[in-house]
Formats: sequence, structure tokens, C-alpha cells
Amino acid sequence: MRSLSEIETAVKRASRAVGFSWGNSEEVGKSIRQLELFGLQGIKNLNQYYKDKITKKFEDLNLINEINEASLEAYCPIILGISFLDQIKSVEIFKTIKFKKIAYPVIFLSFLSRASEISGKKIHVRLDQNEILLNLNVNICSSFLKKEIPEFAYEIEIKFIDNEDNFTESEWNSLYKLAEDTFVEESDSLKQGAAGAGLTDND
Amino acid sequence: MNVELRDPNTIMKLSRLGSFHQSKLSFLRSFLSEFKDWDYSRDLFNLDQNGYGEAVYSFKKKDRVYSLVCFANEIKDEERSDRVIATKWDAAFTLHDGIPSSADIKRLKDEVPKQEVGRLSFKELTLSRANKSVRVFNHVVESLSEGNQPDLDLISKVGYLYRTTAVYGSGKFGLADRFRIKNREEINGPFRLEMMLVYLVRQFTFDQVNHVAHYKNPKKAVKLDKQICKNLGIGNSTGLGMAPFIVNHPTLLNNWILSRETALKKIREIKDVDQKDAELFIDCIKKSLTNITSWNTDSKYQQNKIKSLLKNIRKFIDFIDNRFAFKKAEYPFNKIYLWLEQNVCEECIEYVVSIMMEPYNNIIEPLVSNMSSDEDKYFNIPTNRTVNELQKIIEKKYPNILDINFDQKESQQNFWFISKNKEEPRLADRFEEHGSELEQPLAIARDIKKLYEKLLIEKENLTIAEFLSSNSELRHVIRRAFIVEKFPYSEIQDNTIGKDIIPIDMLRLKLSFFGALKFDPRSDKWLRICMFQGAPLPTELKNYDEQWVYKASN
Repeated sequence: MRSLSEIETAVKRASRAVGFSWGNSEEVGKSIRQLELFGLQGIKNLNQYYKDKITKKFEDLNLINEINEASLEAYCPIILGISFLDQIKSVEIFKTIKFKKIAYPVIFLSFLSRASEISGKKIHVRLDQNEILLNLNVNICSSFLKKEIPEFAYEIEIKFIDNEDNFTESEWNSLYKLAEDTFVEESDSLKQGAAGAGLTDND
Repeated sequence: MNVELRDPNTIMKLSRLGSFHQSKLSFLRSFLSEFKDWDYSRDLFNLDQNGYGEAVYSFKKKDRVYSLVCFANEIKDEERSDRVIATKWDAAFTLHDGIPSSADIKRLKDEVPKQEVGRLSFKELTLSRANKSVRVFNHVVESLSEGNQPDLDLISKVGYLYRTTAVYGSGKFGLADRFRIKNREEINGPFRLEMMLVYLVRQFTFDQVNHVAHYKNPKKAVKLDKQICKNLGIGNSTGLGMAPFIVNHPTLLNNWILSRETALKKIREIKDVDQKDAELFIDCIKKSLTNITSWNTDSKYQQNKIKSLLKNIRKFIDFIDNRFAFKKAEYPFNKIYLWLEQNVCEECIEYVVSIMMEPYNNIIEPLVSNMSSDEDKYFNIPTNRTVNELQKIIEKKYPNILDINFDQKESQQNFWFISKNKEEPRLADRFEEHGSELEQPLAIARDIKKLYEKLLIEKENLTIAEFLSSNSELRHVIRRAFIVEKFPYSEIQDNTIGKDIIPIDMLRLKLSFFGALKFDPRSDKWLRICMFQGAPLPTELKNYDEQWVYKASN
């Protein structure tokens, strides 16, 4: 088994070899390492992308808008991912961000996962018919578990999810009530003697 | 009194970093301190009469066990090489996490002797190999087998029976990634498991030499005297592989140097020094002279440094013996430090700074735990900052770098690259060798200057995100500039590609933090050192003299 450290180093060097700057290559190394840690096929997709890159012309998107449509084959997932990371403060104010045609979207996902951590918000992604939830770079939930993420995604929609509870108030109250069963009802003498402070704070 | 931390623009120059010496903060010393109350044992010793076979040594505490698995092999003299290109070694080692099963040992026997072309698993933590100093090893075997102890002059000249030629960790060749073990309290310090491996290898070399001598002449053979064992360490040959490490791990480098600088600051701020602490300091200084006078090297460069160090240390001893009164002085270590700056060479300043730490466990121990780094935390670039802010950071943090004229040929005479044959870092002349188009991103000074010049012509309020969209080739140094803003000692304040660079300064910096002694440059690109010379044996760890470094009779 390859260690994550080996993966990061090899990816960084390979990325430099195909023409990315050293700084961008460092970003790719970190991102693919993270994908492999999450059990997604980072190495496989990156390898294939670098092979395709020789014959196909992918588009670099340096400035992200609410709606983005590739005029060439598809967007390069690396430049797109790095731009997304760099512009996180300006893009997180958009309600939704739409892209048309991204090559090897799983590579882009790794950057979105890191962007989720930086912004402190979960990110919901729809890749054509599939949905993915990026949880602050702690994990990636998706409906892709048993199938491969395709080499191209044609309709991509990204939403930042506001930090809200994932449960209703009544679900919380019901659970909290159970938790209260670990508390002791205080008698007068316990009120007098068991706390460190006095009964009033007016002294 | 508040003493300022020393200026990174002085301390982070290569000549100063190349003058650092081991100290109480060094990793081999903090390793011994951490593991002194662990149970040591030799669990397997299955060598034939020539000393070839397997052995296992372990440290154990509660449920945690670390086991060194050793494989000693027969090799021909012509196959023995210190160079990283070697493919066979006298012995190969791995540190296994837990107690190795017989299946583990069988697997490791196939893989560990192959080193870089073998595959380890997440159950292994470090990997190494070593060659005998044949001259010393054979002499010791001969002497012991005849019932005599070896010639101390020869032993002292070399200082070890074996020298390692590489020690690998942190995910190399399939070894466990650091993140798997980083929360273990006992390894909360850099390179602690690498130090454990080297320390246990040292014991293996003693056991092996005794074993071979015994089988050579079972009736007459004696064991190597324990005091002689203690005065033997483990040698190490180190090439350029270490140099990029300190450039590629800026926050880690900062934490090492900052710990040293913080220790010095706190010691200089002590108003009244206890007599026993003053005596310990002076005692260590005087006893350490043996380490200097027994420091052998054929390198003219190092011989001059040693000569100057010895002369300056004697001058310093004369000062504290005849012209300085610890008892009467307030802030005596501050006064000593200021005197050193005025009167002795860089090598001597750093030598004495190291020894100043000896009396102060209360200052040093908390700093040891700050010497690791969670590097990923500082990887992301704050792209919402502006060009103006970045420009100011560079002006403040890299003033001397900005003075270098990179249009001059000699300022960029060299380039760093990775050799295809061994995947190891190398340094070559840009104008005489091919390959500079594949240069590694280690020319930080040149690239920082390039970044600065680009920033000067940009709009001040442009965000870094906007700047990066058309300057991605400078991304690696933009990241570094934002790191150095928070971590003042994270950057070497020198030109690492200039004509006059002495790469062993970079190696020496790292090796001093390991705790190495007796730097012996074999060229400007590789050197030999000795580790654990004078250190307690594993059976003595529960109660040992902390100042053993200065008391080796070598």
C-alpha cells in the first residue's frame, strides 16, 4: 500500500512534469492525498486526466462567476479548483454557482472539499444526476459509493449550506429531556452546600 | 529585564546555521529523556557464528511496544559503499510498531534488506541500513577473541562500529504516515522514532561484535568493556538529501530554531543564577574540551573551524575563570552572551549557547514539546490579503534577500535537482551541467526577489487571489511569505543557489538538532557524524547522567 506521503510527493512531481507551476503542483498533491484518504479515486482520475491533457484542450477558468460555461472541451479541474480555493471569499456569497462541462470532476471535488474547510460551511454539489456533500474537509458523502465518478460532468451546481442544525427543535428537545435524566434534583441543603458560589451574586 | 529574541536575519544565515551544535533540545537527548522509564529488552538474537541473522530489540511501556528488527547480512568488501547508490549493506533495520509476529519477520526479511526498492507497511515506522567500519569492527573482534580490550586510540579516532547511510521515516517506501501516530504522547517531538532506531542499532552493534568474538575463540573471548561501549556511538554518512528538507518544512524549521532562541532568551533573563547552576555550566564547558580535541577530520574547512573554536573556547574559559564573577553579576548569562558576541567567532557563540541550556530542565522540557509542527494548518494562502500587504511582509522579513542581485551569474550559479537514478536531491552548476530546466523549487531567495519585483508594478489594493490568477509561477513563494510572517525563523535568509554556497551548512543545521557530534565533512556536499557517543546503554537508562555528552572519555 502506498502511504499518503508517497502519494502527495508523486502527485506534486507529476503535476509539475505536465506543466503546472510548483505552487499549483503543491495544491494538487494536497488535494489528491485528501481524495485517497477519503477512499475516492484520486490517483486513477488524475492519471487519466494527464493522459487526456496531451491530446485535448481544456479550458482554464481563472475568474469564477455565478454561471460559467466552458467554450472548449471542458474546464480543467485543477485550475478551476485552485481558482475556487483562491476566490472562496468572493464566491461564497453567491446563492448557487453553476458550471457547464468540467473534466474529471472528482479532482475538482478535492479542491471544493478544502474550500469547505476554509469557508467553514458545508458544500452541496450536484454533478448531473448525482449529489455530493462536502463536510468541512472531514469527509465526503456521495451517492457514488458503488459506481465510478464519470470523466466528464455536464451540469454542475454548487451551493454553500448555511451553518444550521440538521434536526428539528422538537427532536433536540426530546433528546435533551433524556439527557436531563442524568441530573440530580437539588434539595435546599444541596443548594446551600453543593455549589462553590453563594446563592446570590449581589455581594 | 526583557531580552529580545535574536534577529532571524542574523541567525538564519547559512554560516550561522552551519555553526550550530547539539544541545539539551536535540532530538536524541529528548528521546533518551522520554524513554528512560520504558522497559528495554532483547527479544530475539538469532545470529550465526559469523554474526549473520536476525535480532529484535524492544522498548515497552504498558500496552505500547516498539521493536527494532535487525537483519545482518554477509556482503563482499567491494559491495560496501556509503553512497546512497549502494544496494547491499552489512545490516538493515526497521522499527516495527508492536511485537512482530513470525509472519512479520518473514515478510520484513524479504523487504528490509532491499531498502528503497523494498515495500514496508503501515506497521513499520522507520527504516535504515548500516555498514561496518571494517577496520574498527575487525580489530575489536580480534582483540576480544584474544581476551583483550581493543586499542582505545583507534576506537577514539573513529568513534563507532557501524555507520548508517540513511534513516527513513514518515511514509517513505510504504512506512506509516506520520498522521497515524502523531497523537502518541511519547513521540511528541520530531524524529523521535528515528532516534530510537539509531539508539537500538548501537546496542545491536555491541551485541554482534561480542557474539562474533565469542564464536571465534569461545574459550578466550571477553566482552567489550561497558565503558568502551558507552564511548562508542553510531556513525552516519549524510549527503544532500537532508538539505531540501529544511527548505520544504518551514514551520518545522521555525519551531526548532524558535525553541532554541526562546531558551536562550529565558536564560539571559535569569537575574540571579544559583551557584550549582553556574558550576554545572562551567563544568560542562571545561569537560566539553575533550569533544573538541578528539574531533578528527581531514577537511581543511572543518579543521580551521575546530581550531578557531578551540582557541575561542579557551579565551572564554579564561574570561569566566579570571574576569567574571557569577555570584556578583546580575543577569550573568546575558552578560556572558554579550561578551561572546564581542569577542568570539560564530561557532563558539553557538557552542556556548548550547551549553547554557544544561542547568535548565525547567526551561528546556516545555520547549521540547513545541518542536513538532502541524504543517497542513499553514498550507492555505490567505488570498483575500492584498498586494500591498504582501509587499510589506517581504520588505520586513527578507531585507537582505532583496539586496541580492540575481542578474549576476554567480548569484544563481547552482541549481537543485532530483537525480533520476536514485531520486535524491543534487546540486549542480547551472552554466556547466544540463538539467536546470528541471530545477526544484529551492531557490527561495531568487523567487522571493522575483515576486517582490512583480508586486512593485501591481496595484496595491489588488487581492492575492487576483494576483495569483496571472502569476501562478510564484505561488510557492507567496505561500512561504505568508508563513514567514507568522513564523520568523522559518526561512533561511541566504541564497541557496549562489556560487559560494556551502551545502553542508544546511546538513549541519539539521544534524545539530538531531544531536550529532564531530561533523566530518568529506566534501562540501556530504559529511560523516557520530550519534549517541557517550550515551548511557539501554540497561542504564533508568538512572543516567544527563550531561553525558560532555563526559565521554574519547
